[in-house]
Amino acid sequence: MGSYIFKRVISMIITLWFVITITFFLMHAIPGGPFTSEKELPEEVLEALNEKYHLNDPLYKQYFDYLAGVATFDLGPSFKRIGVTVNDLIIAGFPVSAKVGGLAILSIIVVGIPIGITSALKQNSLTDYIVTIFATLGIAVPSFVIATLIIYFFSSKFSILPSHGMGTWKHYIGPVISLSGFSLAFVSRLTRSSMLEVLQQDYIRTARAKGLPEFVVIGKHALKNALIPVITYMGPMIAAILTGSFVIERIFAIPGMGKHFVESVGNRDYTVLMGITIFYAFFAIVMILIVDIAYGFIDPRIKLGE
Amino acid sequence: MNQTFAECVKKCILVDDHQVKKKYFMEGIILFKKNLALLLVLIMVVVAFAGCAPKVEDEPVVEEPTTEPVVEEPVVKVLKWNVGSEPKTIDPGLNAASDGGDLINNMFEGLMREIGGELLPGMAESYTLSDDQITYTFTLRDALWSDGEPVTAYDFEYAWTRVLDPATGSEYSWIFDEAAVDTFRAIDEKTFEVTLLAPTPYFLGLTGFYTFFPLREDAVAKGPDGGWAINPEASIVNGPFYLEEYKTGDKLVLAKNDNYWQADQVKIDKIDALMIVDATTALTAYEAGELDVIDNMPSEDMPRLMAEDDTFYIIPMDGVYYYSLNTTVEPLDNVLVRKALNYAIDRAAIVDAMKGGQLPAVNMVSPASYDNEGNVFSEKAGAYVPTDGSGVEEAKAALAEAGYPDGEGFPSLEIMYNTSEGHKMVAEIIQEMWKTNLGIDVTLTNQEWAVFQDTRRHGNYQIARSGWIGDYSDPMTYLGMFVTGSPMNYARWDNADYDALLDSAKTAAPADRFAMLYEALDMVMTSYAYMPIYVYTDSMMVSDNVADWEKTTRNVFWFGFADLAE
Repeated sequence: MGSYIFKRVISMIITLWFVITITFFLMHAIPGGPFTSEKELPEEVLEALNEKYHLNDPLYKQYFDYLAGVATFDLGPSFKRIGVTVNDLIIAGFPVSAKVGGLAILSIIVVGIPIGITSALKQNSLTDYIVTIFATLGIAVPSFVIATLIIYFFSSKFSILPSHGMGTWKHYIGPVISLSGFSLAFVSRLTRSSMLEVLQQDYIRTARAKGLPEFVVIGKHALKNALIPVITYMGPMIAAILTGSFVIERIFAIPGMGKHFVESVGNRDYTVLMGITIFYAFFAIVMILIVDIAYGFIDPRIKLGE
Repeated sequence: MNQTFAECVKKCILVDDHQVKKKYFMEGIILFKKNLALLLVLIMVVVAFAGCAPKVEDEPVVEEPTTEPVVEEPVVKVLKWNVGSEPKTIDPGLNAASDGGDLINNMFEGLMREIGGELLPGMAESYTLSDDQITYTFTLRDALWSDGEPVTAYDFEYAWTRVLDPATGSEYSWIFDEAAVDTFRAIDEKTFEVTLLAPTPYFLGLTGFYTFFPLREDAVAKGPDGGWAINPEASIVNGPFYLEEYKTGDKLVLAKNDNYWQADQVKIDKIDALMIVDATTALTAYEAGELDVIDNMPSEDMPRLMAEDDTFYIIPMDGVYYYSLNTTVEPLDNVLVRKALNYAIDRAAIVDAMKGGQLPAVNMVSPASYDNEGNVFSEKAGAYVPTDGSGVEEAKAALAEAGYPDGEGFPSLEIMYNTSEGHKMVAEIIQEMWKTNLGIDVTLTNQEWAVFQDTRRHGNYQIARSGWIGDYSDPMTYLGMFVTGSPMNYARWDNADYDALLDSAKTAAPADRFAMLYEALDMVMTSYAYMPIYVYTDSMMVSDNVADWEKTTRNVFWFGFADLAE
């Protein structure tokens, strides 16, 4: 197990290095720099700005300096927010995104999985059909549409919910629903189909034949195996949701990471864009590792490190 | 057009009452629309606005009772204002953008300040101008910084020196050149002397512009890269509001500065400046009463707001939207072709389609600046291109003379614009007009903003969308762009006579200077290298709860003397 994790960490570092290298050179290949503006800057001012942000160093030097920075968790200053570092942005933005995202993930697990199990157990019943309809809707309707509808009805028409920002618990309702909508529907469908498959297996028949209570058959024997595809999906999903959805954050004016990410693209804020990309990549890789380890606990047939 | 514009005028607000500015505004209106009756409506609206007491809303959204039970229960007046995306900086010396400028104008104060359209003494109590109109001597008033220290001439000297030091990296330092500032020094604590290279009528107005604001050296030292300005511990200001809190990407909170020299006139206790980027979200919050001031409305809601919401304001802006015709590529190197393109579009129809209250532009200077006799420069210069479709015949003739009768044999051209629905719409309309009126084909290409700027600057285009917001109230802010070799001479128009003319205008006496500027504009316009389309407008929504707010003639918010209804 230990050597398995060690191997994985090494491969994670290599993956991250690829991510950093590719984004770094892609960013610098795009025309237009961070100091492009309508009014041409005086030569010496441009020079001073390039000097300040080390943009007039040769590209390879910038690259190695950046790698060194990342290794020491220093992602550099933002080009487009004077006096703010990328670390500041992540420290300020991530907790906000994670709070909203955490609630969304919680609701996906607490609501999505039980719904999936229920509809599998009551296959082709009315409940199953209703769940199917809602799940299809949830998958088909994009999150920004849900968000806009929530704002339109609950903030604008009925004035029950606030329209923007973070503050009271009411502020979280809209973002959490729109953020979890797709994944909740997807997870419930996934749980249902894999549950149905597992319920056909011989060992479930054996368990029932042994006279085990239905609760134990489903909860202990069936669910464990049925959850494997769900967990596979959950890893990258958790990383994506926790690090912030830029569409939802923009619509609800949530000061999270997604918002900074989007703004940095148009701004040519190289360091912010790269910093958040790396942070996201790191998070996604860690989540995938956790998922892989979790397989071992759930399904004893999967042996790690062999 | 008539309908839209009539509505625009009804909603127009004149927040200044200074004679000159009022004149500008009215003449601007006449320019745009000959209907004098509208003027009366406008005046009535203005008078009504200036005179009426703010309406009291059923539900006070802006007041919060203080938590401590006090006998009199003082009300904390909080103005909720959406500033949109986070400003790059609010350091006056480093700022180069209008969003930062809005905040800075309410936090700092220069030698002069524009209030009600009038240029009033700010930190300066008075000033004298030498007979040769070269040397300004400002006498400072007994004003204090927010920490109680006196504002001195040395603070100005320090701030100006800092901006001009290339190592500071100020993106607006060039404005000192445009203002023709030669030297400046603090003679003593209360006296500040500035000499100019030539008489510069707009210099005094520029002392109310953020790049010229004073700074405290010890405050800046706490974050010389500009970090001090967003750090409430470090920030020291001399305007009506100081920085109480700064949450990056979320909001900043300004609170009343009791040390401001006009603090007795400041009625708002706090300003919550939010950073809501999405225009629809901001509008929803505004309509739900959660915001008092927004200035970025979704374009699809504009017609509705203009027609139905009487808290929607639209004012002309010192800016021109135009197309640059690259004079170095065929067939645009032929002045007749450029003339044909200029004449073949119906500007009124474009403006009508835009539904934003914009006004057709008739030359490359916005109708926002005056000559030495007080005439609106752009108006006196006159129309060089038709505002409606009346130029089509002349356009056809010019195109035929250029060797392309009815567009025969005319190569396909490409309009390049930066990605945006609005720019796309204008380009499509123009594409259609050229096709119908001249029989020529153009294709449309869009690029993302930063890429587009590069393309345009390097002349890798045929026809490019352009726009310019004047930096100061003088035609030079436009005409200066078109000299040979200027990075903003996108059309690569090359005229040595023009360069010489502008050069001599810089040092000429006012009457001669304006004669030269009129001639210069004539040269630019008859080259047809630039195709003016419309004059920008600035729109905003301000709740009826807010009284006595204003936008200066430089389109900057001023809440210093504003009040909130309870």
